[in-house]
Amino acid sequence: MSLGVKKSRIALFSLLAFGYAFLYGPIVSLMIYSFNESRLVTVWGGWSTKWYGELMHNQQILDAAWLSLKIAAISASFAVVFATLAAMALVRYKRFRGRGSLLLMLTAPLVMPEVILGLSLLLLFVAMSEWLGWPAGRGQTTIIIAHMTFAIAYVTVVVRSRLAHFDFSLEEAAMDLGAKPVKAFFTITLPLISPALIAGWLLAFTLSLDDLVVASFVSGPGSTTLPMVVYSSVRLGVSPQINALATIIVTLVSLAVAIAGYVFYRQEKQRLKSLQ
Amino acid sequence: MTLQETPIVQLQQVTKTYGDLYAVDDVSLDIYPGEFFSLLGASGCGKTTLLRMLAGFETPTSGKIFLGGEDVTDLPPYERPLNMMFQSYALFPHLNVADNIAFGLRQERMPKAERDQRVQEMLQLVQIEKLGKRKPHQLSGGQRQRVALARALAKHPKLLLLDEPLGALDKKLREQTQFELVNLQERLGITFIVVTHDQEEAMTMSSRIALMREGRVVQVDAPRRLYEYPNSRYCADFIGSINLFDAEVVKQEDNLVTLKSPDCDQLLQVYHSQPLLEGMTATVAVRPEKVQITENCQPQRSNQLRGVIKEIAYLGDVSVYHVDLPSGKRIQFTQSNVQALAQQPLDWEEEVCLHWQADACNLLLE
Repeated sequence: MSLGVKKSRIALFSLLAFGYAFLYGPIVSLMIYSFNESRLVTVWGGWSTKWYGELMHNQQILDAAWLSLKIAAISASFAVVFATLAAMALVRYKRFRGRGSLLLMLTAPLVMPEVILGLSLLLLFVAMSEWLGWPAGRGQTTIIIAHMTFAIAYVTVVVRSRLAHFDFSLEEAAMDLGAKPVKAFFTITLPLISPALIAGWLLAFTLSLDDLVVASFVSGPGSTTLPMVVYSSVRLGVSPQINALATIIVTLVSLAVAIAGYVFYRQEKQRLKSLQ
Repeated sequence: MTLQETPIVQLQQVTKTYGDLYAVDDVSLDIYPGEFFSLLGASGCGKTTLLRMLAGFETPTSGKIFLGGEDVTDLPPYERPLNMMFQSYALFPHLNVADNIAFGLRQERMPKAERDQRVQEMLQLVQIEKLGKRKPHQLSGGQRQRVALARALAKHPKLLLLDEPLGALDKKLREQTQFELVNLQERLGITFIVVTHDQEEAMTMSSRIALMREGRVVQVDAPRRLYEYPNSRYCADFIGSINLFDAEVVKQEDNLVTLKSPDCDQLLQVYHSQPLLEGMTATVAVRPEKVQITENCQPQRSNQLRGVIKEIAYLGDVSVYHVDLPSGKRIQFTQSNVQALAQQPLDWEEEVCLHWQADACNLLLE
């Protein structure tokens, strides 16, 4: 009996270990090799941080990283604003003309292949610059608009699920006490849903930072984002600098995810408390 | 009650429809300063919709609402000179108790010193002086109710709307809070309009009650009159329990009406001032506590029934007896348990004779 339990425990544990190895093995090996002395990625030549040093002097990568961060921050911020408006409209007004098509349009980028999204945006921008003269060329602006397009969809999902639990009698109470609707929104609703907005912003930021396909379609000369640089340099042979860069990005992203998770956890705990 | 004053709230033929549904149907009401007015009814009778229209969260489909003589039908909630206490309390979870109470004062840009003083006053008023720094989720249900009340009173409104103010409290606390609420209302002299589905609560607190049914007001009266002189079967049945006899008018002499009911061997007699036609049908209503038990039945006495006790419910203060009449109809009567043990306790299957005075019952015409 106890032997059987022990055996099944060992089986379960090895399954778990296999799962973790499958998920995190590649990332961990990439991180370890970023500290490799050798120029050859597959040959271990002892510990070193020299690739980090070289990375810091690679102007092309630094420029691309700066551009990507800028694009991610701007597109995420706009996406949060528009997504909050969309989510408010969808949650608060259960019946209005065009609600169905709004819902459809907000879900489409979630399920549409990125290639198609990128291509359609490219065609749109070309046609627009021809007919309207704006955007004049393709570059930072077009990437920001493209990233906003799909980020809004994701952020709306996050904000909407928070608003679905929101007690709108709080806004009514604020108005009853003399606050105009806009003031009621900014003093009551916004602080209460802010954890969801932060989580949504982080999600949009990460999605934008991560995007290669859409950006490749809508970028122009002189606006190369970080994933594009990484992808093109890998094709010429993997440089350990890329490993170093990947390690930094993985660390930053996991940190952001951890913070978002913590914020969500606290928000949920407080919401449950206030429901009691 | 002095009804000569001008009403603080006037509803003129207010109707609210949602599609085909009449949530509030042609309601006209006058509510006077200093009243403790209750909107009573089963759930879905439109009482909350009516309150929300007073607060400005809903706009009437037709009709007008006047506050202190001024037409406020189209005024938004933040411009109405009244405050509301929400059923869920709607306390702002990210603000502490003091900031919750100060919220309304901030909107009218009251100076800080005066505001702080007012918040202290309010905390004292509802006896939670020590809780100012707490967040709503750190409070008990009863304390939250007090904060909600303090917040609604902080701006010194002339009119306070309360949506099921005691609905979330347990029975013991509710009974205690009922009297506190009445004392507070009397002390402050504010007009209260309360929505409740609990008839006992409405009876305890109100100066007047409007009983609502399916969007309409059935009867508006003081609690005592509502209980003693209901104007309809619905009202009689909703407030307390009652025995109803379908009957036919035999004759009317002065105000004394004599009727005949298939449920009773003897004639029924009841006072009614309006002239009635012979042969018309009406309902005789008599409350269980007005029915007395008599030694034995007399041959020619009106308002007299013979029956067999089928159920006895001992409730502590009173006992309720269910009696089957020969016609098969079941009626109720109650006796107060004045002594610990009655000399002659009534028993199951015992045959009894019941009787009531002609002025103890009334006549309902539908």
